[in-house]
Amino acid sequence: MKAAKGFLLLLVGMVAFGCASAPTRKGTIEPAERPVSEFVKPDVKYVIDAYDPLESINRRIYKFNALFDKYIYLPVVSAYEFVTPVPVQEMVSNFFNNLHEVRSLVNSVLQLKGGKACITGTRMFVNTTLGIGGLFDAATGIGIPKQNEDFGQTLGFYGLGPGAYIVLPIFGPSSVRDTGGLVFDLATYDLMVNEIIQSGLDLNRGEESVLTWGSTILDAIDTRHQQSFRYYETGSPFEYELIRALYLRSREILVQN
Amino acid sequence: MKKLVFVVLLSCFTSLAWAQDKPYEYPIVNPYEATVVGTPDLYKAPLPEKIRVETLDMTVFGDRVVPEVFWYWDTFRYSLAYQRSKAPLIFIVAGTGAGYNAANMILLQKVFFKAGFHVINLSSPTYGNFIVNASTTQVPGNIVDDARDLYRVMELVWYQVKERIDVSEFYLTGYSLGGAQSAFIAKLDDEKHVFNFKKVFLINPPVSLYTSVSILDTMLAENLPGGPDHFNEFFDAMMQKFSKLYKKMGAVDFNGDFLYDVYKVEPLDEDILKALIGLSFRLSSSNMIFTSDVVTNSGYVVPKNLVLTTPDSTTDYFKVCARTSFVDYFNQMFYPYFQGRESGVTKQGLIAGVSLTSIEDYLRRTKKIWLVTNEDDLILAPGEVDYLREVFGSRAKIYPNGGHCGNMLYKENVDYMIDFFKG
Repeated sequence: MKAAKGFLLLLVGMVAFGCASAPTRKGTIEPAERPVSEFVKPDVKYVIDAYDPLESINRRIYKFNALFDKYIYLPVVSAYEFVTPVPVQEMVSNFFNNLHEVRSLVNSVLQLKGGKACITGTRMFVNTTLGIGGLFDAATGIGIPKQNEDFGQTLGFYGLGPGAYIVLPIFGPSSVRDTGGLVFDLATYDLMVNEIIQSGLDLNRGEESVLTWGSTILDAIDTRHQQSFRYYETGSPFEYELIRALYLRSREILVQN
Repeated sequence: MKKLVFVVLLSCFTSLAWAQDKPYEYPIVNPYEATVVGTPDLYKAPLPEKIRVETLDMTVFGDRVVPEVFWYWDTFRYSLAYQRSKAPLIFIVAGTGAGYNAANMILLQKVFFKAGFHVINLSSPTYGNFIVNASTTQVPGNIVDDARDLYRVMELVWYQVKERIDVSEFYLTGYSLGGAQSAFIAKLDDEKHVFNFKKVFLINPPVSLYTSVSILDTMLAENLPGGPDHFNEFFDAMMQKFSKLYKKMGAVDFNGDFLYDVYKVEPLDEDILKALIGLSFRLSSSNMIFTSDVVTNSGYVVPKNLVLTTPDSTTDYFKVCARTSFVDYFNQMFYPYFQGRESGVTKQGLIAGVSLTSIEDYLRRTKKIWLVTNEDDLILAPGEVDYLREVFGSRAKIYPNGGHCGNMLYKENVDYMIDFFKG
C-alpha cells in the first residue's frame, strides 16, 4: 500500500510541477474585443463560480487523470471486459457494491437516518444471504432501493461546507470535506474487509496479502467498469468548469437528502 | 420503364392510403417538449445494443499545430461502423456543436448499421475537434466553406478505410445544421464526382442559418427568468426541481427516459423549455466561439497573442462566451473575418450565402436529395416550411409534430428514412 502511495505522489508531482515551460507567441498581448473586465460582472453569481484556489494544480491533475484513463485505466478495464463473461462482470459489480454498502450503513447511522440505515442493513442482509454472498442484487429486485450516503455527506449534514474544490489523482472531482470523507470511508471499508479476510477465512499471511491486493485491484477495475464517464466526451473546452459545477451542485443536493 | 412507373404509382397510392388511414403517432405534441425530450424508448425504433464500430483518427493538415490547451483534440477523430460484406456506405454529418460520438449520432449510426450499411460518423464543423483539426478557416458557420472542409475530410476518410470495406454505393445524411451542409456537399459532389452520392437525406435542416440561430438566441434571451444575470438562481431551481422529482419517482434510470419520466410526472412550463433549448444552443456556441478564437488568435474573447496552457483558468472566458450570442459572433467575429478575406463581402450577402435559398435552383433540379422536417420545427421561421414543401415537392416529407429533431428516432420516421435509402 505504501509503495502505491509513493508511486501516486511521484506521478502527481510530475504532473503538477514537471511540465514544460509555456510556449510563447510573438507580439504584445492586446485586450480582447469582448474583454473579461467588461463582460464579467463582479456582483453577479455565476453557476460556474467555485472556490477553487488550487485551480492550476487541479487542472494539471485533471489532465493527468484523462491521460491515466486513456493509457492505463481504460485499457485495463477493456481487457477485463474482453476476458470476463458479462454475467460474471455483473456478479463482480454486485459483490463489491454489496461490500461498499457498509459506507451507506455507517453514514446513515451517523446522521441518525434510521430509515436509510434499516433499508441499507436489510439490503446487505438480503444480498449476502439470498444474493449468495452479494453476487446477486436480490434486494433491488424485491423493491429495496439502494441508498447513497458517505462521510462527506455526513460532515455536510452536520454543517461543514465543502471547502476548496480538489481534483484528486485517479479518484477525480472532490473537495476538502469530501476528501476527508473519502479517507474515512476507505478506512472503514478496509477495516471491514480485513476483518473478513483475517478472521472469516482460514488463510496464511501470504494468502491474505494476495487476497487483499487482488480484491483492491479488482475493485478498482470494477469501479471504472461501472462508470460511463469518458474524459472530453462533453466536446466542450470548458469541461473542467462544467464538471466542477456539476460535482459541487450534486454534492450539495446529496447532502440535503 | 413501365414497371418503374407502376411501382412509383403503387407506392404513391399506398403512401397516400397510409397517410389517410394511420394518423401520425409520435406522442409529444408540444414542439418544445419534443425537442427537449426526444423520442421515448417505447416509441424508438428498436436498435441493437452493440454494433461493430471503431473510432479512427487521421491528420487532415500536415502542418497544423494544435495548441497545448487543446491537447485532447490532438488529431481528427471519426467513427466507422462496418459490415463484413459488400454494402452501401453512408456518411452522417452531426448537428451544431455535436461530435461524431454525440448521443444522437450513435443512435443514427445504429439505425443505418442495422439497415445493413457501412456508416461513417463525422463531427460538425462547429465542433471543437473539427475546428482545430479539419477546418480551413477555423471560423465556422460559412456553410460553403464548411461543406468543402467536410468533403475534404470525407475523401481522406474514404482513402483511409477503402481497403477495409467493400462499398457498393455512397449515401449522405445529416440532421439540423448537418442537414443543410449535406445539401451543399451533394452539390459539390456533383461537380467533383468523388462519391457520386446516389441518395441524400436532410433531417430538419435550417432554411436560413442566420434566421435559425437568431430564433435560438432569442429563446434564451426572452425566457430566462430575471435575465441572464439571474441564471444562477434559475440553475439552482432546476437542480432542486430535478432532485425532488428524482426522489418522488423513486429509482429511475438517468441514462434512459429520465426526461420523459419527468415530463409525465410534471410537465415543465413552456418558457422553461424554451430557456433550456436556448441554453443548450448557447453552450454549443460558447464552445465553438472559444475554440475558434483561441486557434485563430482573433482576440475576440481571449486577449490577442495570449497563449493559454493547461493550468490556466478559462472560467472568465466561459462567462464571456456565455453572454455572447451567435448573432454577436456573426457580426463581430465571423463577418469581419470574411470581410478581410474577400473584398466586397456584405452582411446580407453572407447571410444569403449560408441559406438553402442560395442553392435553390440546384435543390429544385436534383432528384437525389430528399428532406424530412416538422410542421412545428422551432428553428424554422413562418413560411419556411411552405418554402421547403414548395422547393422539394414530393421529395419533402413534413410531419405534423416533432419539434426540432425530437422525432428523428421515432419508429415511423426511421422506417421512412430506411425505405428511402433502400427503395
